[in-house]
Amino acid sequence: MTGAPTPLQRIVSRATIWVPYLWLLLLFLAPFAMVAKLSLSEPAIAQPPYIPAFFFSDGLADIWAKLQQFSFANYVFITQDSLYWKAYLSSLQIAVISTFLCLLVGYPLAYGMARVPRNWRPTLLMLVVLPFWTSFLIRVYAWIGILKKEGLLNQFLLWLGVIGEPLTILNTSTAVYVGIVYSYLPFMVLPLYANLERQDPTLLEAANDLGCTRMAAFWKITVPLSFSGIVAGSLLVFIPAVGEFVIPSLLGGSDTLMIGRVLFDEFFQNRDWPVSSAVAVILLLILIVPIMLFQRSEARGREAGR
Amino acid sequence: MKSVLRTLAATSAIIAIAGMAQAEDRIVNVYNWSDYIDESILKDFEKETGVKVVYDTFDSNEILETKLLAGGTGYDIVVPSGTFLARQIQAGVFQPLDKSKLPNLSNMWDVISARTDKYDPGGQHAINYMWGTTGIGYNVGAAKERGGEVVSWSTVFEPDQLAKYKDCGVHVLDAPEELIPAALNYLGKNPDSKDLDEIKEAEALLEKMTPNVQKFHSSEYINALANGDICLAVGWSGDIFQARDRAAEADKGVEVGYAIPKEGALMWFDMMAIPKDANNVEEAHEFINYIMRPEVIAKASNYVFYANGNAASKELLDKEVLEDPAIYPDDATLAKTYITTPYNARVQRAVTRAWTKVKTGQ
Repeated sequence: MTGAPTPLQRIVSRATIWVPYLWLLLLFLAPFAMVAKLSLSEPAIAQPPYIPAFFFSDGLADIWAKLQQFSFANYVFITQDSLYWKAYLSSLQIAVISTFLCLLVGYPLAYGMARVPRNWRPTLLMLVVLPFWTSFLIRVYAWIGILKKEGLLNQFLLWLGVIGEPLTILNTSTAVYVGIVYSYLPFMVLPLYANLERQDPTLLEAANDLGCTRMAAFWKITVPLSFSGIVAGSLLVFIPAVGEFVIPSLLGGSDTLMIGRVLFDEFFQNRDWPVSSAVAVILLLILIVPIMLFQRSEARGREAGR
Repeated sequence: MKSVLRTLAATSAIIAIAGMAQAEDRIVNVYNWSDYIDESILKDFEKETGVKVVYDTFDSNEILETKLLAGGTGYDIVVPSGTFLARQIQAGVFQPLDKSKLPNLSNMWDVISARTDKYDPGGQHAINYMWGTTGIGYNVGAAKERGGEVVSWSTVFEPDQLAKYKDCGVHVLDAPEELIPAALNYLGKNPDSKDLDEIKEAEALLEKMTPNVQKFHSSEYINALANGDICLAVGWSGDIFQARDRAAEADKGVEVGYAIPKEGALMWFDMMAIPKDANNVEEAHEFINYIMRPEVIAKASNYVFYANGNAASKELLDKEVLEDPAIYPDDATLAKTYITTPYNARVQRAVTRAWTKVKTGQ
């Protein structure tokens, strides 16, 4: 097989390249185009509750004509009310802190898993994945029982004598952080574990031989080498956490401002699908930036590995 | 010739059996509020008619409305409240009822129909299932320690009074369409006001309530009140009676009371209607007609502690339901209740925005 590829081979190899693009088109670009189109329309009392800006069936010339007079009123509206950018910021803040907390808890966990004897690892890996066997919603509900005033946590702490009277944790931001960190921890641990497990232990031996303490070797070798795992895990936690709706509405207080809730209100309370679509489009644009950063770091990682 | 006849007979028998099998497959998809029916009613209906009931629940008008407006819900019967029903009729979501299939309409109560006519003129699209008020539920023991039974909206709207309840927990319905009118009414304005300045005033009053509120939620308060996790809730009458019942059953010393405040309360109506794109229209009518039987709706009311719009059912109601003025208010109380009409899109946005401000301070 040293000769030039046959035409058939060329087609096959080209097709395999196109599969991911087709995937992207079907599951990302097409829904996005629909939401973006909706964000340009006007609300109405009808079924469905908006007047479309144009129809995909209009024909190109027609769409082009209508494109010229598109109204970006919904986007302008969003910039006029401080609620929206405050909600975006607060969501980003909650997501950043949650991601950091996940990393803080997840890294030692993944590190430990990657360092135990090889025959233990599958069991530990299964224990990390095990919670997924129970519905996400039920697991978040369970936290209500743990965190509420008469809940297990307060009873335990009272029994220990650490606190004099029950703490109010449920319906506060603290509960939201607990919920997010708990729910997304596996997404942090798994990529980190995959990365740490692959690292060559002889590198650490070499560092030891050259007089590096174990601590220094960890910071100078293990952590930098696991960078791509840290980025992958962080993105897997950060991105869904920004748009999180269920956890803040079940565990959070009324004042926990998150963009997911604003979106919900626009959609369900105001029945303003166009504005809620505009909110969603902006949210997506905000999220695309870290995704692109991730892609770049991945690409760099691959090049470095070569 | 005989064999031909025999074949024909056999064929028709098979067709008849197939028809019966099809009859057994008849279903009706009902989407109703959570904790809102005695489930044995559904079983009885299935037994009697052979129509299988697929029963699903929601806890907010907004969720129901969004599903309806998106279309293709797959539901044959839905139960929106009056103001929502009116807007949904306007959006063309429902089909007119075929009154020839609803002989039990004669059991309905004209007093209630007169009020629901405001949402659905002539009762063309919906029948009343239950009605009730939006008032204050409270833990009787806790209220006594804090200055006696709750009788007025001042307990909720005067910050120094509400602050007394903060330590034991306050829940408020997450429903701007109920709370803004309540605040307007307390301020002496028209509770059905669509005036943006007046809505701002209501917002300012409601905002003062927030620091003392643990959660804005429309269903958690039932269990929370019953368990003694909270001791004050702005909620729907029947839900609070259910909390009262659950507390009594649990027998842990929690006693729950309900007040229609002396300033008046919102009276609301939950209406059964059939979406335009329903697949089982025949069965939906059968179900609605069944619900309008006096003994059936009486059973439901006795179970959920809500008043119904069925006059003939009154004599079949338990005494504790019919004679409880909080469920079936006396004329004096009834006179103080108010009803609201739907907001247009602009006012709706202002109301939702005000409510977000109330909840988040933003």
